[in-house]
Amino acid sequence: MQEITRDILLERAEALLADGTVDRVLGWKKGEFAYDVTPAVFTTADELRAEFVWNDFCGANFSKYLIKETAKKDTKVLVFLKSCDTYSFNQLLTEHRFDREKVYVIGVPCNGMLDPKKVKDKAESVLSVTDNGTEVAIETLYDGIVTVARDELLPDRCLNCKSKKHVAYDELLGTEGDVVANARFDEVARLEAMTPDERFAFWQNELSRCIRCNACRDVCPACTCEKCVFDNPNSGVDNKAPANEFEEKMFHIIRAFHVAGRCTDCGECSRVCPQSIPLHLLNRKFIKDIDEFYGEYQAGAEAGSRAPIVNYDLNDLEASEAVERGNE
Amino acid sequence: MTDMKEALIPVLGVVTDIRIDTPDVKTFRVVTPDGKKAFDHKPGQCAMLSIPGVGEAMFSITSSPTNTEFMEFSIKKCGCLTDWLHSMEVGQQVTIRGPYGNPFPVDTAFVGQDMLFIAGGIGLAPLRSVINYCRHYRDRYGKIDIVYGSRSMQDLVDYKEIIDEWATDAGVNVHLTIDREQPEWTGHVGFVPNYVKELGFDTNKTAILCGPPIMIKFTLAGLQELGFDKTQIYTTLELRMKCGFGKCGRCNVGAKYVCKDGPVFRCDELDELPDEY
Amino acid sequence: MRKIAVNNLDSLFAAIAAEYKLYIPVDTDAGAKFSEWSEGAKLSDALNTVRSAKDFFFPQTENLVDFKMEGKTIEIIDNRSECEDFAVFGVRACDVKSFEILDRVFLSEPVDTYYKNRRDHGVIISMACNKPAETCFCGTFGIDASAPEGDIVCYKTDDILYLEAKTEKGEKLLALVAALTEDTDNSAVEAQKKLIKERLDRLPLKNLKADAFGDGKTSKFFDAPEWSELSETCLGCGTCTFVCPTCQCYDIKDFNTGHGVKRFRCWDSCMYSDFTRMAHGNSRNSQLERFRQRFMHKLVYYPTNNDGLFSCVGCGRCISKCPINMNIVKVMKKLGGKEND
Repeated sequence: MQEITRDILLERAEALLADGTVDRVLGWKKGEFAYDVTPAVFTTADELRAEFVWNDFCGANFSKYLIKETAKKDTKVLVFLKSCDTYSFNQLLTEHRFDREKVYVIGVPCNGMLDPKKVKDKAESVLSVTDNGTEVAIETLYDGIVTVARDELLPDRCLNCKSKKHVAYDELLGTEGDVVANARFDEVARLEAMTPDERFAFWQNELSRCIRCNACRDVCPACTCEKCVFDNPNSGVDNKAPANEFEEKMFHIIRAFHVAGRCTDCGECSRVCPQSIPLHLLNRKFIKDIDEFYGEYQAGAEAGSRAPIVNYDLNDLEASEAVERGNE
Repeated sequence: MTDMKEALIPVLGVVTDIRIDTPDVKTFRVVTPDGKKAFDHKPGQCAMLSIPGVGEAMFSITSSPTNTEFMEFSIKKCGCLTDWLHSMEVGQQVTIRGPYGNPFPVDTAFVGQDMLFIAGGIGLAPLRSVINYCRHYRDRYGKIDIVYGSRSMQDLVDYKEIIDEWATDAGVNVHLTIDREQPEWTGHVGFVPNYVKELGFDTNKTAILCGPPIMIKFTLAGLQELGFDKTQIYTTLELRMKCGFGKCGRCNVGAKYVCKDGPVFRCDELDELPDEY
Repeated sequence: MRKIAVNNLDSLFAAIAAEYKLYIPVDTDAGAKFSEWSEGAKLSDALNTVRSAKDFFFPQTENLVDFKMEGKTIEIIDNRSECEDFAVFGVRACDVKSFEILDRVFLSEPVDTYYKNRRDHGVIISMACNKPAETCFCGTFGIDASAPEGDIVCYKTDDILYLEAKTEKGEKLLALVAALTEDTDNSAVEAQKKLIKERLDRLPLKNLKADAFGDGKTSKFFDAPEWSELSETCLGCGTCTFVCPTCQCYDIKDFNTGHGVKRFRCWDSCMYSDFTRMAHGNSRNSQLERFRQRFMHKLVYYPTNNDGLFSCVGCGRCISKCPINMNIVKVMKKLGGKEND
């Protein structure tokens, strides 16, 4: 359950539409089931009242949509952002990807979103989902109501929530949260503790499932190139299927390198992967390395900040030290 | 199974002649390694040419089916594969498969008709096959008018053949035009659609149009102004293709595949398709 | 009708695997998937595999032909080889139907020999759906999950598996395992069918209708204003097309290995911006056009070319997997008029 209700969001959206602050609202539209909400652009109060939802499944990060939305018109768009989304928002501003003046941000507190995959793992054929804040009652087709502790249904990214603090907004609903302690690097540490062969086997297994649908790239707020190298017929790497066994890894590794220092760890890549590949772990490894070698840095915490790997500092790791580390 | 012919596996071709037509168009003569024509085709049909490792693409077969010795392809340099083809020398092998697509109805609807061919730039390539077919079976068709235009004199494809052969045939009228004045040019100057209107053809003809989309659009409008009905006008479409026979799924316009149901369409048939070409 | 005790399935699988390469659905951390059977493999109870069964006949990537290049000469190497006999156990009614939809594309002239090769050698052992899910809507397309098609059709109760051969291929396979199975009448299967039908009647999407779509409806839907709203937040990824059992568009590419050129075919997606890109332009420049193409193909163009048959089987994979939860059900409800409200 979210502490702020749909009605509060709806009221603000209607008011901002009515007073002309914004002329459209980026929000979630209800689906066929409890869990299949779709990002949508609403332009009237009637549309909002009929179809706008805010529930445990509004996990999509809207920041990237702002590039397209702000390019469309000169008028303002209202967007609802969760605390984690605001980091992507700032990072996109840092990269000058959209015009801040064309966006009105309402920060929405979030208690963690539910993972539809986990809901379906716990209960077959889900008809409805009711969340009282600690327990979730899942109405099913065949097994009646299945009750599960809420924590068991959170995706990895929410279990390891890095911040309840909104780092960008025009208006905040509820109370300001804090950056929170988390164990998000534990899994990375576990991978680091493996032998190179074990680690290779781990990624080989995970990445072997990739179907190259590009969902991870297309949803990623850090992947905003107008023409991706993997879509460029002149790049030599535009194949839609692996030409050899290593190519799938190359796609994901190149992508991880490309977003290194810019990835805010929003976790959208893993959320959308139809093959349940824990892609965020690749990015987290980079974040952990950057933290360790250059000092802690959270992409998107501050708009306009320079990431360590694009910033020179006298204390930077020497190339020779980096090589040494690779030999460890 | 493995003894069945697979349409996606091409056969070998050898380039035996390369003619430079314009600064960016060359015409390639292709035969099989034993010197024969790779396969028979009908006017308007296409073939997939490829250089393995570079790419494979669909090209209209420029030569007439009445030519039983070889096939010719007039190809404009405009991408990766065509750049490579333009750098070829005589003797280079290529791969070829086909023929693909529906031909022009030269043996049915066109028989007994006065023919009006209208082409712009490289758009002459698919029409050359039909024009030479009609010239070969001259008595089956009525009067032939050919309107052809290009950016400049140097951009007129097949200029020599047009002047030496087409223009000297009895009952064939050739009307050439270029977009802008040139000192050595004594012919008509102006865009094809306007020239067609100026020439003012009578409407008891079958018209065949091929050229850049903008030329087709305005020429079609011009012909309709002259009183032509869309059922009298044919054109050919071009979309990205991979297989060539309606399976890979990309060259459709509505429920029609350009590779299989086209590339030749009568203009009234096009009206029934969604505007997505 | 034959039957075998469920706790004896391992011996059934072992006997089939002695003659066929056998694939069964197994559970993994990432959901159910078809996997080659080996001793100890456990049959998944999941309703459906994450990836569809089309992979068996139309794999994500396959080599078509090889070339060797030397100077100006090219050698064409046809490396097709006869596929070995294989059997796929546990294919659901929706996925079985998808093969008919793929057949109409790949087996029409000119026959795709790569596909036909696998089709000729594959035996489909289908399984009725005891627990159809909320995302299922195969009934919309006339598919009966209580009576799948296939070379052999299976029904599973808590302790018995019933098998019935429907084709010559199926009879041949069942004959092979005759010693392990015994004859039985239809009564248990009929009871199971009845139970499944009752469950199908309770599905939330049971009233979804495709009647508004089909043959010749291009002009009715092509310019519908709703496409804009439906496609508005589409990411343009290929997830829906790749998990779909009936999406069959492909690309052909060359890969230079350094020793020669491999020409391979791979799945392609009409959702991708380069799908229709040519050297001098693109016939579908916007995501709206690409999105529209996918659904028009399934609901209008394919039926127009295939006697009214829709190219969706209602498996529900796109419902589960689309990153933004847009899917064919939402499209049909939005465009299909009052009857789908």
